[in-house]
Amino acid sequence: MVIDSKVVLNGQTIAYTLYCLAIILVMGWFGFKITRTGKGSGVKDALFYSFVGFLVVLGVSLHIVTYHTIPWTKMDLNRQQINADKVFKIVMEKHQIILPSDTLRVKLGEKVLFDVTTNDLTYGFGVFRQDNTMVMQMQVVPGHRNDILWKFETPGLYTIRSTEYSGPAGANMIMKDVIKVEQ
Amino acid sequence: MKTLFYGEQGLFKPSSLTPMQKMVLRFVVVGLVYYLFALIEGMIMRIYQVSPVPAIPPHQYFAILTAHPLVGIFGSTYSLVCGAFLFLVPYLMKKPLWSLKLANWTWICIAAGTFTFWTAGFLTHYAPLYTLYWPLPADFSQFSVWGGTFFILGIAIVMLGTLFFIINVFATLLYTPEGWEKQPKGKIMASAIGYDGLINLFKKKEKQHEHLVSLPVAAIARGTVDMAFNTGIILFTGVLILIYMIAEILGYSLKTTVIDALLYKNWFWWGLDLIADGLVLIFVAGTWYLLATLITGKKLYMENIARAALLVELVVSWTVWSHHLLSDQAQPGILKVVSGEMVTAFELITQGLAFFITLATLWSARPLKMTNELKFLLGGLLGFALAVPAGIMQADVGLNRILHNTQWVVGPHVHVAVLVGLTMTLYSAIYVLFPVVTNGAKIYSQKLVNVHFWCHLIGGIGMGAFMGMAGLKGMLRRTIYYHGEYSLYMILAALAGILLVIGFLAFFYNILMSLGIKGIIGIFSPAENKTKDLVPQNTAV
Repeated sequence: MVIDSKVVLNGQTIAYTLYCLAIILVMGWFGFKITRTGKGSGVKDALFYSFVGFLVVLGVSLHIVTYHTIPWTKMDLNRQQINADKVFKIVMEKHQIILPSDTLRVKLGEKVLFDVTTNDLTYGFGVFRQDNTMVMQMQVVPGHRNDILWKFETPGLYTIRSTEYSGPAGANMIMKDVIKVEQ
Repeated sequence: MKTLFYGEQGLFKPSSLTPMQKMVLRFVVVGLVYYLFALIEGMIMRIYQVSPVPAIPPHQYFAILTAHPLVGIFGSTYSLVCGAFLFLVPYLMKKPLWSLKLANWTWICIAAGTFTFWTAGFLTHYAPLYTLYWPLPADFSQFSVWGGTFFILGIAIVMLGTLFFIINVFATLLYTPEGWEKQPKGKIMASAIGYDGLINLFKKKEKQHEHLVSLPVAAIARGTVDMAFNTGIILFTGVLILIYMIAEILGYSLKTTVIDALLYKNWFWWGLDLIADGLVLIFVAGTWYLLATLITGKKLYMENIARAALLVELVVSWTVWSHHLLSDQAQPGILKVVSGEMVTAFELITQGLAFFITLATLWSARPLKMTNELKFLLGGLLGFALAVPAGIMQADVGLNRILHNTQWVVGPHVHVAVLVGLTMTLYSAIYVLFPVVTNGAKIYSQKLVNVHFWCHLIGGIGMGAFMGMAGLKGMLRRTIYYHGEYSLYMILAALAGILLVIGFLAFFYNILMSLGIKGIIGIFSPAENKTKDLVPQNTAV
């Protein structure tokens, strides 16, 4: 199975929804139980320390699991040591996205580096599918290199839009279907 | 009609109030009025997200978007929190407030400052901020320099009010009232910032330090440390932006050449997280502990650990900011992983501990009556139980790549934390303090309290959930969708928002009928009783 951002987001939706339902039920049960006479005087210390241990394991393991399962994480953190198959230099200025060509053509599986520069404000650089779901995004900060290495997993047309607020004019920074990913 | 004018059974008599009670009630009125502002703004934006309203041009929409969180956080939440704590610190320390005059100046500054920046935004459409973040370089092609100047002035006045609050809290902790034995300042301070709690974890029971301040006061003191840093940073940033503006007026553009944008971003988020990940979490934990002990009449479960956890949270809040910069590619990877991911994950532990300790304290006192303060406290606990894990998920290098700046961040995390977690905790505190600060006034209708509770809980969670679902489908925050791309989710979020409005109107009407119009006006007249006592001497606290 191809693991792309859509799959990761679906997984997150399922996990978080289940957690929400569980914690709402637990709080409902707790609210009911504390109005009733119970057995025993209080909560055992062992339960408290087990809960602390669980939180520590959960907090640390979340990032270890995502590092090893989300495909772009390792590539992103180590992108300086990886050679890109293709580089696109993009400029943002006066609420305009200036591309090196009308269409950015990418072959499926290629490692593409988007190197984005801003000459005035802080913007965002986001790539979206035709159903508006997000593939990825990064911030575009003036005076710094803003680059992201990406491998597209599905052929099709993709839209670039600024993902950061840069005043009312920023809402129109959209370049529809300008990335073409081919087999 | 008689109830509307004189309040429920005519029990609320403003002439019987002490200056301290009047001061607290003024904060509450200001806080609730600005909550209403934020609610109206929020509903306008909810409707706009369903379909842009032609009568509101985009620049007006973004001005509302800029003012909304500031009005909610400073105008409403700061008012309620400062008012409650300026009453609770002397109440729990059993000594008079250091300066009542300064306390009154605090609510005046917060009210006037909020109105100033709100008006500047409304009239000039000044809207360069995203949430509270003030980006550099300052943009003057879209925004008026004069609008910005008045906006900064408003923020500065609010910060002045918070500075008065900070001085008053620490002075009340440390000063020696007239005729009292000299107060041990060093020992009080060690207890207040959690040093004693930490040391006690490593000492045998008989050798443990005595706590000179109660746990809720320690939480207030620790949260106030973050508030002090934050006030300094926001003031400094205001001055910085002002320098850009003055340069622009003089015809010299500073653009990107003066200050490194990424360095500034780190600096600003460091300061801002002292609110979001610092004082809010610390104040909330302290309030949970206070409410749990007041509701149950029992000692707090695992008190020394709770004290130490508050100290850990204070340190965490100073080192956690980088989770806001996980999508900034120039940000060093080590900062992303250590500060952005690992330290942030500590909040799951510190807030989880506060959650567990509060529940365990309540559990030990079974059976409890489901009072208004208890049900709102449980609502507040649920809000943070939902919102904190949502925040931990987005503070992950991998997941942030597809969540940053989406409606996920502002829905299940921010709005559920603020509306459900924080606000319901504050409502619980209001219900606890209501009879104390009104000298026994009665709530007009229990049915309206229940309407408020359920509408607020379901509306708050529902709105956050539908915003989150839209975010997972790629919907960005702080932009406008003109073609109904996310209409279904936004209609559902707006319906949940209507529930929030119904809930607040039920609460507002209930308070109005409980105190009466005459009573509410009387809150703002000078107190007839000039005592330094918190409540009249013939009233049991």
